[in-house]
Amino acid sequence: MTKAITNIQHCYHCGEDCKEEIHFNDKTFCCQGCKTVYEVLSENNLCNYYDLNNTPGTSLNREVHKTRFAYLDDELVKSKLIQFTDGKISTATFYIPQIHCSSCIYLLENLYRLKQGISRSNVNFMKREVHITFDNSILSLRQVVELLVSIGYEPNINLNDLERKEKSDHIRRYYLKIGIAFFAFGNIMLLSFPEYLGINALTESPFRRFFGYLNFVLALPVMFYCASEFFSSAYNALKQKTLNMDIPIVLGIIAMFARSTYEIFSQTGAGYFDTLGSLILLMLIGRLFQNKTYDALSFERDYKSYFPIAVTTVNNGIESSIPLTKVRVGDRLLLRNQELVPADSVLIKGKGNIDYSFVTGEATPLSKASGDVIYAGGKHIGAAIEVEVTKEVSHSYLTQLWNDAAFNKENADRQITSLATQVSKWFTPIVIGIATAAMLFWWNKDLHKALNAFTSVLIITCPCALALSSPFTLGNVLRRLSRNKVYLKNALVIEKMARINSIVFDKTGTLTNTKTASIDFHGEALTPYELQLVKSLTYHSSHPLSRKVYDLLKEVKLIDTTDFKEIEGKGIEGWVDENCVRIGSKKYLYGDNSGSSSPISDFRHASKIYIGINGNIKGFFLIKNEYRKGFGNLMTTLRNKFKLYVVSGDNDAEKNFLGQYISADNLIFHQQPADKLMFVKELVEQKHEQVMMVGDGLNDAGALKQANVGLAISDNVNNFSPACDGIIEASGFERMDQMLAYAKDGVKIIIASFGISLVYNLVGIYLAVQGTMSPIVAAIIMPLSSVTIISFTTLSSSLAAKRRGY
Amino acid sequence: MSVLFILIGASLLLAIGFLIAFLQSVKSGQFDDDYTPSVRILFENDLKSSPAKTKK
Repeated sequence: MTKAITNIQHCYHCGEDCKEEIHFNDKTFCCQGCKTVYEVLSENNLCNYYDLNNTPGTSLNREVHKTRFAYLDDELVKSKLIQFTDGKISTATFYIPQIHCSSCIYLLENLYRLKQGISRSNVNFMKREVHITFDNSILSLRQVVELLVSIGYEPNINLNDLERKEKSDHIRRYYLKIGIAFFAFGNIMLLSFPEYLGINALTESPFRRFFGYLNFVLALPVMFYCASEFFSSAYNALKQKTLNMDIPIVLGIIAMFARSTYEIFSQTGAGYFDTLGSLILLMLIGRLFQNKTYDALSFERDYKSYFPIAVTTVNNGIESSIPLTKVRVGDRLLLRNQELVPADSVLIKGKGNIDYSFVTGEATPLSKASGDVIYAGGKHIGAAIEVEVTKEVSHSYLTQLWNDAAFNKENADRQITSLATQVSKWFTPIVIGIATAAMLFWWNKDLHKALNAFTSVLIITCPCALALSSPFTLGNVLRRLSRNKVYLKNALVIEKMARINSIVFDKTGTLTNTKTASIDFHGEALTPYELQLVKSLTYHSSHPLSRKVYDLLKEVKLIDTTDFKEIEGKGIEGWVDENCVRIGSKKYLYGDNSGSSSPISDFRHASKIYIGINGNIKGFFLIKNEYRKGFGNLMTTLRNKFKLYVVSGDNDAEKNFLGQYISADNLIFHQQPADKLMFVKELVEQKHEQVMMVGDGLNDAGALKQANVGLAISDNVNNFSPACDGIIEASGFERMDQMLAYAKDGVKIIIASFGISLVYNLVGIYLAVQGTMSPIVAAIIMPLSSVTIISFTTLSSSLAAKRRGY
Repeated sequence: MSVLFILIGASLLLAIGFLIAFLQSVKSGQFDDDYTPSVRILFENDLKSSPAKTKK
């Protein structure tokens, strides 16, 4: 620790500043871990990894304990993770959030060169997944995972994985259906051409019969396979005694199919199979467009996907690994560096240093002494500790939130009806009414015409244009937003967002940015030399507060430090250039050691760092959370349109500041996670407000779920975020007003396109009720209306996006 | 004109052939990931030429 360092080297592997330089092969590494990865890769001729991108690795500056993955030898866990095995060859898929560049793909797809037994590995970059085929007799699942960990790609294995049902690849099914519909539609169209053009030589039988039968055969798979989801959706709606858009669609296609079949077999006409094919093809494309989801993101995460699968228990000095679900009150757990506290517990042995950033958004770890209560969800940093579980995992302070009713009633009554469904509530009865009236009108005069009129009305009003307007508008809005780092769960969220009239914000981590805290010095000004002393000392500490001070003094040069000491949870001291420098809490510097307990309400503390040089206390660095960029402007714009609330788990220190933007009655402090949930519930259920909750941590999870729209804000969308309707990257925060306005635009566009398609329908009905509509009119008017709608919605939603800056 | 029957039959067969090829490609997962292959193709050839010892 006594080496003079003049300029900081960047690690060749991970690109981080090197605290201790390790030289190997003319390269500099920040830690043994990074060096080891380099060694392994260079031995196996995989240095291409470093050529594709600069410093592609992730820091490995932590030890992995030998027994950490012992739970992967458990037969039950194994059987759930391995997708396929014939006893020898097995396959498994791992989610690895660290995958971020082409080097990652290169390395992970070359795993077979690193270890014998791996025969194939395939990366899906968008899903951040690697699919590995390995030989069970040579490698165990645990060894595969340990191999991944050893090269810096630790898979994310969690309880949700174990409970995962086989994900239905519905996108693949859409491709199949669209392929078949396209094939059938194209051929039907071709065979219908003679009919359109009136080429007599071809419209005479036997050609006509032949074309008709062929069309019928081609239409069968379209009707019974491609359109199946419309049938099932309509059936489900009827079962629940509601009307949705799919009911008139299904009526239309049944009428079309039945009448066409009749016409062809009775040789009275050419049928409408061409129209049928084009309708179903267009509607399937619309659905695909709307259903494109973000593979790498999950909107359904709860604490289970955050917690580990297994924990280490200590029983009479014997360590063993047990699944988290089997942890009982009274168990003694061993928590190593960087491990999560899975259940509320009491610290028994060791010095705890708990980072609650995932729970509260607060980045500063809390120090705990033995006897202190540690709450679930925190991450332990430092030497291993032993804790005794006091509450079951599912009943812990944090996790009990998920026992709330909001998480159980499966969207049943929260499912608001989309615009399209609302329209179809009156659309369907009117259509059936007109069709019946037309039939009754002709009934006595001409039975054939009566049936013609009835089916024609059903066919021509088949609301495909209506059905297309929502998917194409909302699909486009979704894509535009995602390009600007706003990821919404589905299209319905946009409609819900357009109806919002109040917004509830969490404070820490949502309005404030935990990463770029503002930091300034209070007290007698430090000389450049003293700043050097301070920086040199903080250089040796990995405590987040030390890092912050260190980062602040970027330009300052370092001096030798000797006798560096870190007193866990208190401060650091050492000799720099013959000066005794001490940095730490007030208590540490003033020598007042009375009472160091910190209850859970004190999550954010120790934001003052005192500096003492040669016994003189010079003053302190004050670290204050900074509000996100554009906070003031955003609040000023939003408060004109929406009711704003701030619900914070914090104390009311910021009340005056926030009061500038939000009326003091709407600022609520000292809120536990369950209180936040209740607060939102009251707004939604008692005051009937349409609430959007914006939060970041697990402590907001309840409120996010309860709100009409729950939006999670995250600095990196691939990191953990609680279950929500949408994830917004922090950089998009300042444009939240534009996002809400854009959602409103989207809904307006849908309403406008409903108007357009109604005009088409009216023209169609006018022709249809007379009972003389020819197939060619249908074949023109229906695709024409669809194309009009598609181009109108796509164009206008893109224009709106431009106006809103998306 | 009756040659049309044969011609249409042939064209349909051809189209069905393409349809089957498309369905196969969807089923084999070619449409699942439209990003990774674009990166993979840029890697040096050592990826393929190196001896895959355990490949069956």
